[in-house]
Amino acid sequence: MAYALQQLINGLTLGAVYGLIAIGYTMVYGIIGMINFAHGDIFMVSAFIAVTAFTLLAAFDITSLPLALTAVLITAIFFTSAYGWAVERMAYRPLRGSTRLAPLISAIGMSIFLQNMVQLTQGARVKPIPPVLEGGIEIWQSGGFTVQISWTQIMIVVVTVVLMVAFTYLITQTAFGRQQRACEQDSTMTALLGINVDRTISATFMLGAALAAVAGVMVTVYYGVVDFFIGFVAGIKAFTAAVLGGIGSLPGAMLGGLIIGLIEAFWAAYLSPEYKDVATFAILILVLMFRPSGLLGRPEVEKV
Amino acid sequence: MKKTLIATAFLALGAQAQLAHADLAVAIAGPMTGQYASAGDQIRRGAEMAIADINAKGGVLGQKLKLEVGDDACDPKQAVSVANTMVNKKIVFMHGHWCSSSTIPASEVYVEADIPMATVSTNPQVTERGLKNIFRIMGRDDQQGMVAGGYIADKFKGKKVAVLDDKSAYGKGLADEMAKAMTAKGLKPTLRESITAGEKDYSGIVTKLKQAGVEVLAYGGYHTEVALILRQAQQAGLKLTVMGGDTMTNSELVTAAGAAADNVMFTFSPDPRKNPDAAPIVKRFRDAKVEPEGYVMYAYAAMQLFADAATQAKSTKFADLEKTMRGNSFKTVIGELAFDAKGDQKQPGFVVYQWKGGQYDYAAK
Repeated sequence: MAYALQQLINGLTLGAVYGLIAIGYTMVYGIIGMINFAHGDIFMVSAFIAVTAFTLLAAFDITSLPLALTAVLITAIFFTSAYGWAVERMAYRPLRGSTRLAPLISAIGMSIFLQNMVQLTQGARVKPIPPVLEGGIEIWQSGGFTVQISWTQIMIVVVTVVLMVAFTYLITQTAFGRQQRACEQDSTMTALLGINVDRTISATFMLGAALAAVAGVMVTVYYGVVDFFIGFVAGIKAFTAAVLGGIGSLPGAMLGGLIIGLIEAFWAAYLSPEYKDVATFAILILVLMFRPSGLLGRPEVEKV
Repeated sequence: MKKTLIATAFLALGAQAQLAHADLAVAIAGPMTGQYASAGDQIRRGAEMAIADINAKGGVLGQKLKLEVGDDACDPKQAVSVANTMVNKKIVFMHGHWCSSSTIPASEVYVEADIPMATVSTNPQVTERGLKNIFRIMGRDDQQGMVAGGYIADKFKGKKVAVLDDKSAYGKGLADEMAKAMTAKGLKPTLRESITAGEKDYSGIVTKLKQAGVEVLAYGGYHTEVALILRQAQQAGLKLTVMGGDTMTNSELVTAAGAAADNVMFTFSPDPRKNPDAAPIVKRFRDAKVEPEGYVMYAYAAMQLFADAATQAKSTKFADLEKTMRGNSFKTVIGELAFDAKGDQKQPGFVVYQWKGGQYDYAAK
């Protein structure tokens, strides 16, 4: 029982990270109907920015943990959003209105570009940071097994929950959220009503990148090691999460992320860690067979 | 006058050639140029010193040794042509080649010409092909698991040990060997699992280890995953000792795992500089401004091996040399050498090291 609880905590932490990245996929799909395959690499870039920021802070001898974390978060969000904006501006906006396939190919190109850029400028070797946040609390002991939740895990879950609340508010209650949902429903009509569609789309990309940046910082702190290839695996898993939850749906992305995190943790715990990816993707296939639009996705209605 | 001088020079050259003919030609071959040239340089320095020492003591069977150097640049094709050249030079012993991929094709040439060879190449295939002329003075890749598993069984008797690999050819091979060696010595692994390399989250497997009460992890794979596992184990409140292979020599492990790296042990070739018997030789190398690192001492030992074997066999004929080298044991600067039927060392050439404060050293027995 204690063992299951521990694996639940592990799965939730992992799922929260997947969810944060998945929102970027789902939001972009919602607004312009394309899969931004470079999103995983945006996440990777943010992890590298975090490593650089941590190193710089250490060089300036700033050791206060809350201060350092906040500084790193702000730096990562700022620069990663800039990346998100630039990617949209350079690789996708010129292709808007062309075939559906063009921006998709452009996105794959962008993904390769970012990976290679980081590999060439930062090197192919892994970049470690010394442990930032160590220790944790023991929450329960049973049958010789101590359930332990580390401070990093608590931080990841808390930050994710706070972000989700803030994000829901942003989308459902603010003027920007209304504009965004309007663009999602009918961008031509929205433009006719005097809303700057291009700017809304740019902002969406920046917002998605900002969430990926938070995930990047969390992953850097949690695992302590980054390399130029982490965006690929994380991106594929997060994309899967978005599809599983129903692409285009924000709560769906989070739910999908959590489900994938939990499947991975429990499959590794009770069955074979070797086959956990097989299990994850098999479940994705099963869900899509019976609910093609994902768990929380709305089926596409032909408008007449 | 000039003519006489030239004639004398020719005469002298002739005399030199005559003398050289009476010498015994021994050879080294390896990458003297190219990206691995530093290894070739080490081999050459070691062999030169050994030959100078042997000649100073009167040579072998009353004949002086003469060194031939072949450059294969670690290219298998070039290695074969080097081998043919060496055969034409009538060498009686070869130390080389260095890359396994060069040693394997070149050895086919030497075996035809009845030339014994001592190599430092570690690929199992070097000695697995049933050639009678090959002697390996270094450990072979697949002996690591044997040494590591044996060490675990001796040192951590009664503790729970998990064997994990990363599904790579290297990692799985090493992990299987470790499990086999442990079981043979009466310590059965509690868990035998595989993980996917390149991921970042290993909390699932770490929790599984914790649940099973595992204290020692025998891991076949690379240092990056070990660093992640150690960090996540620490967060989960699990104290883990890790035993791995030569990939753990990478200092990235220490940067990534922090203080937890002190719990990592691994197998690696012994450092001959630490051999107390070799201290005078080490000093002589250092006096000559050569750091006896890497393959220097191995090259020295190879020449010692030949000189000893020829002296004991009282012959440099292949059949006699081969019989002596296989039958006897030889004291060299890298320790005692004795070979089995395949030509591998009877004592596996690996020792257990442990990280400590960013440096690694022999682990406590």
